Amino acid sequence: MDFGFNLSPSSAVELDKVDTSLFRELCRIEPGARTCIGCGSCSATCTASEHSGMSVRKLLLSLQRGKMRDVEKMLTCCMLCGKCTMVCPRGINTRRIILTVCRLYENVEGRI
Amino acid sequence: MENKDQILVIGGGVAGMEAARQLKSLGFKPILVEKGPALGGHVASWNRLFPDMTPVRKVLDPLTSSLEGVEVLLDTTVESVSRSQREYTVVLTRGRVIKCPAIIIATGFKLFEARKKEEYGYGIYDRVITNKDLENWFNTGEDGRVPDRPSAVGFVHCVGSRDIKAGNQQCSKVCCITAIKQAIEVKERFPQAEVYCFYMDLRLFGKKYEDFYINAQRDCGIHFIRGRVSEVAELIDGRVQVKAEDTLSGRPVKVKLDLLVLMSGIVCNPANNHLASELSVPLDEDGFLRSRDNIFSVTESDRPGVFFAGTCTGPKTIPETLSEARGAALGVYNYLKGKK
Repeated sequence: MDFGFNLSPSSAVELDKVDTSLFRELCRIEPGARTCIGCGSCSATCTASEHSGMSVRKLLLSLQRGKMRDVEKMLTCCMLCGKCTMVCPRGINTRRIILTVCRLYENVEGRI
Repeated sequence: MENKDQILVIGGGVAGMEAARQLKSLGFKPILVEKGPALGGHVASWNRLFPDMTPVRKVLDPLTSSLEGVEVLLDTTVESVSRSQREYTVVLTRGRVIKCPAIIIATGFKLFEARKKEEYGYGIYDRVITNKDLENWFNTGEDGRVPDRPSAVGFVHCVGSRDIKAGNQQCSKVCCITAIKQAIEVKERFPQAEVYCFYMDLRLFGKKYEDFYINAQRDCGIHFIRGRVSEVAELIDGRVQVKAEDTLSGRPVKVKLDLLVLMSGIVCNPANNHLASELSVPLDEDGFLRSRDNIFSVTESDRPGVFFAGTCTGPKTIPETLSEARGAALGVYNYLKGKK
């Protein structure tokens, strides 16, 4: 029956239910991934960002909030130029983080 | 004893203790007045101090022992003050009258009453405590609200501070770093627990504070969520559910916690109002005592011979408070030097 409206699923993230195993594995290999302060320098300097929505800041956040589809989409847009690593004030090796996440993704492909 | 060497120090926290100690070494006869039954103020109820995890006793013990020979009046407050040409006459409770040419006010702050933020459930839900309660638990190990093996613990920054509706526009300055210190300590005691800090801004301005923050992120895996907790609800199993917005992703977040710690902020001490009117020193808009100016004369009032030390003029760290106490003691010395 059409009531003229429908309900959207809740967009709330339940932090204690999110699967963060991939993020934890990333932090084991690259502990710097935890030290992001969300300043956005990486996204601002990213050549691919304007056209594709690529953002290392968002990538790290999405990993912690279980938004795996978003992570996957962003990974395919990165050109590995490394400008984000150059500007990061916390000295996070963002380029290596992207490569590490890609490798971890290969291992879990099919599970997502 | 000559009155001209007698200096009244009001408030027996670290500011008053350090001021009295410095006055003594400058050759004065300080009289330290404390409203409570013991010296040490708020610091005495803490356990360890940022950023080096210094035990409180390492700060208070040397201060206490250096006060040997200083007259300390406990359980005493100021009733009234009058001023003649050369000196102040201060009437204390318990019938004591003191004449002195200068006064240092070190009456400190009050911790925000967390139960005023009803939406956070302090005093309503069993698993909600304050920063002060947590320090007390670190000291005594006794608090029925702290579970034996929590799996998730949350910290709410800015409780009662930066909150115009709560009557406190000011940043309380020390809570961000205190929250990080306490989050690390909780993680040390309960390594299996996930620890979440909900913040509006992180204000980590002091020496080594940023190192502390990086340590909390990288080595302790503490989760920092940028968003103010909007409400807390008790669940049927006694845990609490916290709601906030993760403003970095623009999505609402919820999490179930075994313990929630509210970072009650530094607010003005209402006991200052009486003292301010007796001494005719003005209060600032934030309710703290007003310094002559906020750059060059923070420890001076508009009244000749009346000086300030510590958090009676606004939120401060312990090292800042100690420096001000020294500055105020030196201010007294310079003020009286020309008058002897």
